[in-house]
Amino acid sequence: MARVEIGSAARLVERLGKCVKVGGRELAIFRLSDGRIYALENRCPHKGGDLSQGIVSGEFVFCPLHDWKISIKDGKVQAPDHGCVKTYKVEIEAGKMYIQL
Amino acid sequence: MEKKKLVLIGNGMAGVRCIEEILKIDRDLFDITIFGSEPHPNYNRILLSTVLQGDTSIADITMNDWDWYRNNNIRLFVGETVVQIDKEKQQLRTDKGRTVSYDELIIATGSKPFMLPVPGADKKGVTAFRDIKDCEMMMEYAKTYKKAAVIGGGLLGLEAARGLLNLGMEVDVIHIFDYLMERQLDPTASKLLQRELEKQGMNFLLKKETAEIFGENRVEGVRFKDGTEIAADLVVMAVGIRPNIDLAQESGIAVNRGIIVNDYLETNVPHIYAVGECAEHRGVVYGLVAPLYEQGKVLAEAICGIKTHPYEGSVVSTQLKVSGVDVFSAGEFMEGEGTSSIKVYDELRGVYKKVVVRAGKIVGAVLFGDTSEGRKLLEMIHRNEPVSDAFQLSFFQANSTTQSTVATMADTDVVCGCNGVTKGAICQAIVEHGLRTVEEVRDCTNASRSCGGCKGLVAELLEYTLGETFDKQAMKETVCGCTTLSRDEVIAEIKAKKLKYVKEVMSVLGWKTEEGCSKCRPALNYYLSMLYPGEYVDELESRFVNERLHANIQADGTYSVVPRMYGGVTTAEQLRKIADVAEKYNVPMIKLTGGQRIDLLGVKKEDLPRIWAELDMPSGYAYAKALRTVKTCVGNQFCRFGTQDSTALGIEMEKKFERLNTPHKVKMAVSACPRNCAESGIKDVGIVGVDGGWEIYVGGNGGTHLRAGDLLCTVKTAEEVIEMTGAFLQYYRESANYLERTSKWVERVGLEHIREVIFAPEMRKQLLERLEQALRATTDPWKEIVETKELQETLFTNLQAKVPVNR
Repeated sequence: MARVEIGSAARLVERLGKCVKVGGRELAIFRLSDGRIYALENRCPHKGGDLSQGIVSGEFVFCPLHDWKISIKDGKVQAPDHGCVKTYKVEIEAGKMYIQL
Repeated sequence: MEKKKLVLIGNGMAGVRCIEEILKIDRDLFDITIFGSEPHPNYNRILLSTVLQGDTSIADITMNDWDWYRNNNIRLFVGETVVQIDKEKQQLRTDKGRTVSYDELIIATGSKPFMLPVPGADKKGVTAFRDIKDCEMMMEYAKTYKKAAVIGGGLLGLEAARGLLNLGMEVDVIHIFDYLMERQLDPTASKLLQRELEKQGMNFLLKKETAEIFGENRVEGVRFKDGTEIAADLVVMAVGIRPNIDLAQESGIAVNRGIIVNDYLETNVPHIYAVGECAEHRGVVYGLVAPLYEQGKVLAEAICGIKTHPYEGSVVSTQLKVSGVDVFSAGEFMEGEGTSSIKVYDELRGVYKKVVVRAGKIVGAVLFGDTSEGRKLLEMIHRNEPVSDAFQLSFFQANSTTQSTVATMADTDVVCGCNGVTKGAICQAIVEHGLRTVEEVRDCTNASRSCGGCKGLVAELLEYTLGETFDKQAMKETVCGCTTLSRDEVIAEIKAKKLKYVKEVMSVLGWKTEEGCSKCRPALNYYLSMLYPGEYVDELESRFVNERLHANIQADGTYSVVPRMYGGVTTAEQLRKIADVAEKYNVPMIKLTGGQRIDLLGVKKEDLPRIWAELDMPSGYAYAKALRTVKTCVGNQFCRFGTQDSTALGIEMEKKFERLNTPHKVKMAVSACPRNCAESGIKDVGIVGVDGGWEIYVGGNGGTHLRAGDLLCTVKTAEEVIEMTGAFLQYYRESANYLERTSKWVERVGLEHIREVIFAPEMRKQLLERLEQALRATTDPWKEIVETKELQETLFTNLQAKVPVNR
């Protein structure tokens, strides 16, 4: 298991996602309205949409390509569509964000 | 055995309903013939006022279409009037010389409007308001003339007046009494009503008796007994109706005010019956639909040989069908000897409620401003219920809108007063037939089929019966699944409660989700920015990616960049700049768009601000719900056919309206002649140059909803084009649903309505003021981002991983 620093948590604005390339993959990082930070694989299971640019509502992100609704907390695609996005644990230490790969 | 011959004279609501009831009992009993003087199949006369008010069309109010007659083997003669009944030979004769014999005859000739016998009443421009013909005539007049006078301040007169206002006319309502609707309202309710209607723009002349209608060839005005006069181009007489009994009378059937019938609707002549507005039962002639339908049912049974339920008269209730006004009246609504009353009068909210009590029982009611208790009160009157303490208490409480009225109704309570459909019957039908929408309930049970006033209750019953599974969206277009409110309701609440933020709207209006969804967030963001131009701060996180990043997202997550080229005109310098940028950033595709500009496709998000900086051109808004482009043809600078300078006007329009947020994208075009090379006919606003002027087409669409634009008007100058386009755009901004293109919007609200609004000089002036306010609040987004480091950081920069992963 690798732990990777991805920068200052202060760079994340509530409900505006950012993406980060870590190793061979791309992750979408979100700060929800409750202040908590989550990370998902930045790839909608439908057509590979850039989830980091979706509209965030509550715990859900809507894919900008075809409006699939995905839970940011557990990665589950919401009905009527099906699927799952891999989630990653985010740790905050001294204002810095770390991803557990 | 040969079937008995049944003939119906009068192809209206009461008569045809009776035939429907007969068919329900036994569809093979009779050989049926119907005569109607009007050239239409049976239509809903009550809804004529809503047609006039622009809420429905004539096609929508047909109740039994031609197929219905055919499918039920009914011989129908329209535009043909029965002129004689020979009761000895059991035969009748029509104005076309046709002779038909009958075994049973139903007279349902309805009423005629009463025309005041004053000099000039036969002039051109004087009409009643009774049938489709009158309605069409009024709509036609409203196109050319300005001033209307409605004589009669009763139900029908006020509905007509509201319709004429909607059609853009100035309306005077003349009434002989000192307060309106005196047959349904007491003076207090009536004055509240008058105040409300005056706010809507009606002008009232009370205690005025018409003496003469004057004018040379056609109406020019009305003169009163007191010597005063007013100007009028159209005079609508709505002073009352009279039972149409001429035919019966001439044929020797007993009449009084109406055709006299007994409790089974039989006249004094064997085998002849009368039903509806032409019939007089126990001294009463009814003019409302509910009693007529009750009569129709009794008669149908009687004529089929089932004489169990006699007709015993009806308690009538009225509701006025004028938008924005809630009035209800039932039973004995005036206090008199031996009665006392309970009143609630809330002047602040404009609510007035009164019940009249005789010997401890409710005998009548008047409601104004809040009519939600109307149906309950009508039931209490029907049932002769005593006034309980509990009732008194609830009557004084302000009505809570959250409480479902249907839950507290008994199964025997009537939901649809017009058709006498009970809650029990509706609920049973919903369950047995698996009904899902108000329309399905209507088709199955008749509930809400006539005046439509109970649609809301039917919807509540659907929800109540089906519970969770009920799809409310099916009946009301809500903003999205997060709310039960429609766009109009949300906007009204935002204005009333002065809500300023998306989150605030959601929490105050009881959104079902915490933070909305991808549909309502951008919609609310738009509505707020439209309502508070310059003041509302656009909420980036409620914007769809394209409008947040000011570029179009592509399938692979890259973006496209389309700089503005006003009117599709460019220069060598611009082209050189674009070419340089494209080369420098390795733009994978350069393409010409349909809107006469250049698209750089496949740009990385992080490169967008730098590309914009280097292009140093305004954003083309190719990604936005805003003005996209104004496409132009070459025009008379070069084209040998051009009659106008289309490129110059196109550029001017694009500069004028660029950056303006709209409910959906807006495309425009300007062509210099009717050859229309810029395809103005399929644009949201399309301009076509003609000799000496410009035609303005609106609501065109070349996309999913292919539609030719409607000619809004023809104007002389480029300034007028800009002015009309501006007013049109602003009205679209203010009244369309978010994501509703002008093509759909124009169809929904009607071109006539749009014209009324934007052709009225004062309205147009106000629209243009609000438009200018909105335009002033805009800035070029690319420039703003290029100049603002924080925006670049928030929106365009990715996070960077610090430590490379060891593999």
